[in-house]
Amino acid sequence: MNTPVKMVPAAAGKKPAAPVQKEDSMWLQKEMINRNYAELASAHETGRKVSATFVPGNLNELLMCFNFARSLPETNALQNGMRKKSGKLIMDAERDGHSEDVCTYVKSDLGMMLQGEIGPTGEKLPYPDILLLSYTGCFTFMKWFELIRQKYNCETVMLHVPYQGDGKISPAMRAYVVNQLKEKVIPTLERVSGIKFDIDRLREYMRESQKAEDNLVKVLHSAKHRPSPIDGYFGGVYYIGPIFTAFRGMPEATRYYETLWQEVSERMRGNKGPVTPEGELNDEKYRLIVEGPPNWTHFRDFWKMFYDEGAVVVASTYAKVGGVYDFGFRHDPDHPLESLADYCLGCYTNLNFPQRIDMICKYMDEYQADGLLINSIKSCNSFSAGQLLLLREVEKRTGKPAAFIESDLVDPRYFSAANIKNRLESYFQMIKAKRVAAAAH
Amino acid sequence: MDVKQIIDRCETIFEDLNFGEVKKWKAAQPGRKAIGYMPIYVPREIVHAAGMLPVGIFGGGDQMEVIQGDAYYQSYICRIPRSTVELGLTGRLDCLDGMLFPSICDVIRNLSGMWQILFKDKYVHYVDVPQNYEDSIGGKFYVHEMQQIREDLAKLRGKPITDDEVRNSIAVYNQNRAAIADLYTYRAQQPWQAPTSEVYLVLRAGLVLPPEEHTVLVRDYLAATEAVKRPKRDNARVVLTGAFCEQPPLSLIKSIEMAGCYVVDDDFILITRWLREEVPTSGNPLEQLSKAFLHHSVQSSPKYDERKEDKGKFMLHQVSSRGAEGVIFAAPSFCDPALLERPMLQDILAKQKIPYTAFKYAENTGQMAPIREQAGTFADSIKLWSAA
Repeated sequence: MNTPVKMVPAAAGKKPAAPVQKEDSMWLQKEMINRNYAELASAHETGRKVSATFVPGNLNELLMCFNFARSLPETNALQNGMRKKSGKLIMDAERDGHSEDVCTYVKSDLGMMLQGEIGPTGEKLPYPDILLLSYTGCFTFMKWFELIRQKYNCETVMLHVPYQGDGKISPAMRAYVVNQLKEKVIPTLERVSGIKFDIDRLREYMRESQKAEDNLVKVLHSAKHRPSPIDGYFGGVYYIGPIFTAFRGMPEATRYYETLWQEVSERMRGNKGPVTPEGELNDEKYRLIVEGPPNWTHFRDFWKMFYDEGAVVVASTYAKVGGVYDFGFRHDPDHPLESLADYCLGCYTNLNFPQRIDMICKYMDEYQADGLLINSIKSCNSFSAGQLLLLREVEKRTGKPAAFIESDLVDPRYFSAANIKNRLESYFQMIKAKRVAAAAH
Repeated sequence: MDVKQIIDRCETIFEDLNFGEVKKWKAAQPGRKAIGYMPIYVPREIVHAAGMLPVGIFGGGDQMEVIQGDAYYQSYICRIPRSTVELGLTGRLDCLDGMLFPSICDVIRNLSGMWQILFKDKYVHYVDVPQNYEDSIGGKFYVHEMQQIREDLAKLRGKPITDDEVRNSIAVYNQNRAAIADLYTYRAQQPWQAPTSEVYLVLRAGLVLPPEEHTVLVRDYLAATEAVKRPKRDNARVVLTGAFCEQPPLSLIKSIEMAGCYVVDDDFILITRWLREEVPTSGNPLEQLSKAFLHHSVQSSPKYDERKEDKGKFMLHQVSSRGAEGVIFAAPSFCDPALLERPMLQDILAKQKIPYTAFKYAENTGQMAPIREQAGTFADSIKLWSAA
């Protein structure tokens, strides 16, 4: 089911925005996010401690064992981006001495702190009691939490997750992460929260995680169907929302993914395309794989460019940034700490370049994609450095065309709609020309 | 050799982007192998213990035109990976039998995978170093990581690397570190006698020369420069920080000095001073290298500071132990580690009332006038304040 939503009338003289189409699962998710922000806002008043951590390597089940209210600075930044607040926050941080060259998630977060820690929903967010520095797949994470600690004196605990430089998880890498969990992370969380660690509680949350993960994978795999009932990039960021953030392991997340899978399977049975803010996309012309995070400040405009051309993203690497579930990984309650280690070690940006290329080529094949589009993000070297080689390798191995556009996460100054639109139009023409050429042979 | 001859030799080595010294070393004995490494730190002792030559690859500098390398990177990525790819694709690194990519930032990390794709016939390894500094946790992991390198290189040379070979290499590098420590102490005491533009070239030579030969070179330079007295100027004494990966052009270092600054400490080519104490040559050599890394290595932004109060300690130590009057933050454009660290260090300096200035560069920066002006103004302001 999906419900058109009437938008608030625009100011006089401005063209009213079209109603946004939303599925019921999207409403459910919105409620969950708003409730989480409300819980965060009142955490200290209600006697709860607050944790902050990152999406890749997010140990949500473990944090729940200590009753932490859970904040994720990346999602705060992207929410501020979607709500058009991040531009000012970034400039405030730059005025405070931060370089124009560095990650805008960091600057958006620091800017939010500078202006009194007013969160995306307008509520004042508390300073975290503990920063769980899950150092997974992104060097900037380490500096980000050091910066917050420097300014606001928050306690920090590091979980160093080694990089899969050789394209595999060795027993030594796994043991290193488990050792840190046992010797550093868990004792610190116990001390800060005042709650003793109960491994059975962790197992229970992981059982719940598995259910949600199973349904998420079914949803992601549904894009193999023609037409695809989902958009695996723009829609995908909604689908991964609960599982990548403060909800994995909660019954609410399980319910969300059950609802989502029901919706998607219904759409698949009806041969329907994905729901987009502009309406259902029922004339699927292009099937794409997208590499790289989306731009958040112009998210809807960006998505509309695809909608207007009948382009559907059937799989994206960004939807794997907080966990690669579609190749079989599940949280394992029988080996809880080892499983947390494998989860962190396996996040997309912790994979080496050959692994990333293999994954994309596999998607191109399994999802019968017409091509690869890379959205290269200025802020994110973890994703972006080397993407031009990735593009060539995928083209070489699949024989399918690839294209390259550039934008940023939450800095509106780096989103050039006209340039991106031009490039996309040229790209779609190229795909069309290739099809014609192929048909002629 | 006199100072000029030594520096001329170092400059020739520095400018040789075809790595003639490496080729010469390999040609001297058939079967010799050379392993490249990028900034910031790798345990060179293991490479040396394998009988191989560790070769520092610190970008292409300002003399090399980057054409192919630019095709691999967006405009917002720093320059060192571009010029390194250029060096590789133009065959200049064919003399290397492998490359080690240290854990320093996402760009170099990703370059390790790119190298696996671009140079399939070469040995490539990403060297992960622990961000946990306990022997039983991070140490255990790091020993395993070093053992992996040891086994890989043993396979490459066709026989195992013994503990004694590693111990011997530790001793060789201890001597090299001691010589460089003396050089840095000497420069801090008499910066007019050992200008940084010369000290830098002496260090750069150590990236391609065998460590034994480099130690002799450093000692020779110290003796040669002491023999000829040079005029002392009323310059400001500064610490330069942020240049630990992509290197500034030599002309930039000269410009800072010409503008009235004596650089009395820096973080150029930090691998030469990474381990701050002598590494014991007894016991398990990998455990000794691990302990040295965990407990006695320098503080630099690619490393995690476990405690808030530790932030900036090394920089403050550089300032106080070298008698510096200010700090110059010189960071490559788009260098995440240096630029994210900078505001934290600046806060610490501000609290200590230590003056600082900051600018960015690229390895091919050509316009020195703005940097000279900024460094000159900084030096003048230090002198004015200290006179007040």
